[in-house]
Amino acid sequence: MSTNGMESWAVDLKDVGAIYPFQGSEVVMVIIGLVFWIGWHVLQTRHESAEIEADMAADRTGEETRKAIDRH
Amino acid sequence: MEGNLNALTTIFTEFYYWVTIVMMFLIHVGFCMYEVGVSRRRNHLKTLMKNAMAIPLVTITFYFFGWWIYFGFPNGPGIAGGLVTAPFAEPWNPLMGTHLSGVNPGETGVTPTDAALWHRLNGVFWGAFLLFSITTASIISGSIIERARSGAFWIVAVLVGSVLWILDASWGWHPQGWMVKLWGYHDAYASGVVHAIAGGAALAFLIVLGPRIGKFRPDGTARDIPPHNVWLVTIGLFLIFTGFWGFYAACNIPLISPATIAGQITGETWTATNIYLAPTTLSAITFNFLMSLSGGMLAGYIVSKGDPFWTFSMGLCGVISTSAGNDLYHPIQALLIGAIIPTICYKLHYFVERRFKIDDAVGAVAVHGYGGFLGVVVAGFMLWGQPSSPYEGFAHINPLGNFAGAVLMFVLGFVPTFVVCKILNSMNLLRVPAKVELEGVDFALNHAFEASVREVGTAEKAMIK
Repeated sequence: MSTNGMESWAVDLKDVGAIYPFQGSEVVMVIIGLVFWIGWHVLQTRHESAEIEADMAADRTGEETRKAIDRH
Repeated sequence: MEGNLNALTTIFTEFYYWVTIVMMFLIHVGFCMYEVGVSRRRNHLKTLMKNAMAIPLVTITFYFFGWWIYFGFPNGPGIAGGLVTAPFAEPWNPLMGTHLSGVNPGETGVTPTDAALWHRLNGVFWGAFLLFSITTASIISGSIIERARSGAFWIVAVLVGSVLWILDASWGWHPQGWMVKLWGYHDAYASGVVHAIAGGAALAFLIVLGPRIGKFRPDGTARDIPPHNVWLVTIGLFLIFTGFWGFYAACNIPLISPATIAGQITGETWTATNIYLAPTTLSAITFNFLMSLSGGMLAGYIVSKGDPFWTFSMGLCGVISTSAGNDLYHPIQALLIGAIIPTICYKLHYFVERRFKIDDAVGAVAVHGYGGFLGVVVAGFMLWGQPSSPYEGFAHINPLGNFAGAVLMFVLGFVPTFVVCKILNSMNLLRVPAKVELEGVDFALNHAFEASVREVGTAEKAMIK
């Protein structure tokens, strides 16, 4: 048993195609990859929104903001 | 060199490795920028020089004995055979100098064709391996900044860079290495061979060295010591990413005929191979390098809440954790492994810091040590049953062989480094005194700099009319 179907390299390479593990599960892998990508955007948006809310709640007097402007 | 094809193959291969050496130098530019960026202002110069001087020290020692270890020790010796004769790697051999690739007088069993290929490549092959050696040593450097004595690090750099890593490379990263033969060990782009061993050595150094003053509060919880310059840190890491392309390319043999691989592979199709002479392609590693880097950075951004230091570091960890199998993985497998393992390493970094009071200033043990270790282990499962080598009689890749190999790599870095650090510590040669640590290790250099500025300024002002 081999995860990519290759048991030996004693073959003619012109007859060999894909050599990655778990061939045949490409569609499943693409779906998992897409879920990972979309999930990343969801999590990132949540984090960024929370960060912006914290920034909005900070510096009620505007003093820190003036210092930040002075620092350029 | 007889025949145009032989000549072209030889010169192409020579130029290929030469280019990888140039690219890999960027790793060290990156390491220096990264370490200086992480250190505080009163420690910059010594931090820079501590890392930079590993380059010449590992270079000369790798010339004297490191290269010979790689070719002499693939059998252990004593595990799969005896010591192997390797005259071309002995520092007194004419092949370790300017040479036009003819057969040396008295050299037995070497045909003019063999000589034309190997004799020509000896220097660039040596250089590529040397750059791996310097990288392995440099990985330790960042974790111990601001309190370790430079001299202690340089002794450990030679130990790890010119002895330990090249010994494990001879065992597990060599076409005839005993770990490959007997265990089916597979680690194509050095997750264990370079990174796990360096992480093990860094952990040993840190345990004996102890944390920086002020790192832990009286109640034992850790304080954050932020980098003084995040820009420098992240540009340094970008340069390390860039240099890593050279590292990956150098791990391949770019062009080889089936006949050269002991006639095991049939047909006429020439190919690139990994270090074990098993076929792969530059396209494979390009797909997988970029996808694993992306997996690490995307995961890093989320788990660290956008922290630049950890987002970049986890990108690096993504590559390291897939390197063992990036010659064979599918790109989406590389993406997912490159996201999951760095997340575990990030959590482990803070767990170990909290639980064992280990002050690793750059997270090197996590990124390289745990990332490399887990990468080798996962490759054992993912590539289970695949041939580890084109040669007959070698064990196939398997989870147990890779797990045992990962443990061996980490321990081979940890134990000798721990012993050497204990000895250095007993001689008061490991750590600077607390007073110097508080003043900053650049104290005298900074005073000399300021005195020079004052003196020349005074002289110039006196000339104003």
